[in-house]
Amino acid sequence: MAAVVVEHLSKRFGDFVAVNDISFTVAHGEIFGFLGPNGSGKTTTIRMALGLLPPTSGSVRVLGIDVVRHPERIARRVGYMSQKFSLYPDLTVAENLQFYGRTYGLRGRELARRQEEVLTLIGLEPQRRQLTAALAGGWKQKLALATALLHRPELLVLDEPTAGVDPINRREFWRLLYRLAAEGVTVFVTTHYMDEAEQCHRLALIHNGTLLAVGAPETIKQTHMPGQVVEVICARPQVALQVLRTADLSEVALYGERIHIIGPDLEQRLDELAARLEAAAAGLHRLRLIPPSLEDVFIAQTARNLQNTAT
Amino acid sequence: MSTIRCENVQRRFGRTVAVAGVDLAIAAGEIYGLIGPDGAGKTTLLRMLAGVLRPDAGRIHIAGVDVLQRPEQVRSLLGYMPQRFSLYADLSVLENLVFYADIFGVRGATRRERLERLLAFARLDAFRHRPAGQLSGGMKKKLALACALVHHPRVLLLDEPTNGVDPISRREFWDILADLHLEGVTILVTTPYMDEAERCRRVGLMHQGRILRQDAPAALRALVPGRMVAVYAENLPAVAAAVAAFPGHRSHHTYGDRLHVFVDADLADPVAALAAHMRSHGLSFRQILEDTPRLEEAFIHLIGHQASLP
Repeated sequence: MAAVVVEHLSKRFGDFVAVNDISFTVAHGEIFGFLGPNGSGKTTTIRMALGLLPPTSGSVRVLGIDVVRHPERIARRVGYMSQKFSLYPDLTVAENLQFYGRTYGLRGRELARRQEEVLTLIGLEPQRRQLTAALAGGWKQKLALATALLHRPELLVLDEPTAGVDPINRREFWRLLYRLAAEGVTVFVTTHYMDEAEQCHRLALIHNGTLLAVGAPETIKQTHMPGQVVEVICARPQVALQVLRTADLSEVALYGERIHIIGPDLEQRLDELAARLEAAAAGLHRLRLIPPSLEDVFIAQTARNLQNTAT
Repeated sequence: MSTIRCENVQRRFGRTVAVAGVDLAIAAGEIYGLIGPDGAGKTTLLRMLAGVLRPDAGRIHIAGVDVLQRPEQVRSLLGYMPQRFSLYADLSVLENLVFYADIFGVRGATRRERLERLLAFARLDAFRHRPAGQLSGGMKKKLALACALVHHPRVLLLDEPTNGVDPISRREFWDILADLHLEGVTILVTTPYMDEAERCRRVGLMHQGRILRQDAPAALRALVPGRMVAVYAENLPAVAAAVAAFPGHRSHHTYGDRLHVFVDADLADPVAALAAHMRSHGLSFRQILEDTPRLEEAFIHLIGHQASLP
């Protein structure tokens, strides 16, 4: 039995469809990513999965529990770190852990032991007496993660946990997630960072409440890209940019001195595009097919979804 | 001559050294990205370039004008979008633009024409009468950019302009920057997103108040020593344990559904050797191939562990 089973889940607020008939499963010990822009339905889905919001239709089973019927049964088995997590800045690191431990019903020796364990896990033991306000940015995130782990949850739900965190601290945060997953904790994480989404074992792309794709990042890149990506390297990228913008392509983007273009069947247009660039004296060095990035897939799928809903 | 030039710029706050001697030379029309961990000094440097904060030492020239001696003149050359840009929430998109046009003394026919152009340019035409407070995050950023462009600056300083913005709006924002690039505007942008840094012609890596390295993104990625092999497999913890014993192994880390393994550069065929090593450990894999390191990996290699202390 999977850790999370979502079937035909929908949520309407009046006329507005926030989540539109989505289905997916998350396996035990998996890091499952939910990738989508602001307002795409990520947080609404999380709130339904946590039993905080009743769905309009469909079902959610979390750790074998029917969340719609028994929302109270999962609270103690799930750890939740919200987008705007709250730590008390004028309490020390240890005091914040004690406070959250008590709200999860931990007491006495058990609380003290779990506090030590999570401090060791995140590497904040030396700072236990430091005021939380004095912690550097990335460390606050790690402390917030620690508070969500105190009661040994089987499922960890993280809503954009690393927004505004620099790459090094993000890398360390993810090392912790991999460790937890290896110990059997299931991690459900939302993000709008593409590089973060690539670090998930599997992920779902969501836009306007609709799932666009579900699968391993590599698989999604191989199976869900409508069109091909070509990298253009030339001596005069500004000239090339102007030429390519009128070449009937779905995307023309400048990457430093290179240009990435996207369109259907570009493989068959390589000669034609090269001829156009040479005619404009763009100083063409190379034109080659490259694999799409997750962002390429996401944007192409989103555009398609917008077209489908418009027609 | 460089459009943005600074020499040995320094700034302290009390005992904290925010910027510890930065030299920078950005050519006309260049898109230059500044990356670095929180607290590296990026924002402080940008504020000094914009003339809103005085350096303790050093010289700054924007388009040949000395920022310290002629701040007024520089302000007319420069568009600056700070991280927390103030828009008036209860004023409409158009009224916000008019407000900034007033501040910069843009009037009459020039103003009418320019505001129309900026509305179209920022893809905000259809929303001109919407109060700024009711715009999406991405639209607010585009309006802030339009406001910073109202006096037609030749140099643009952007401090994490797309932070917290969704991927579609981010890509649109960068399309607008490409338009400005075509018009010859010089752009200095700070970003926490590595894929955005890839869009810059040169990237400077800032750490503890200094620029450690600056180069084209591809050249920075090439600084990671050794070669990188990506192993796609089911049981990554077991693969990681086996890989650590591979002769020529330098380091490895999990990257989603794969393991990135860095091995010595002088190995003849690292992919074949690693594949054989895994088979001899009874491990299967879906795919194994040589790949180029991410900019993020170069970043982490260059600053290493020293940046991640609490």
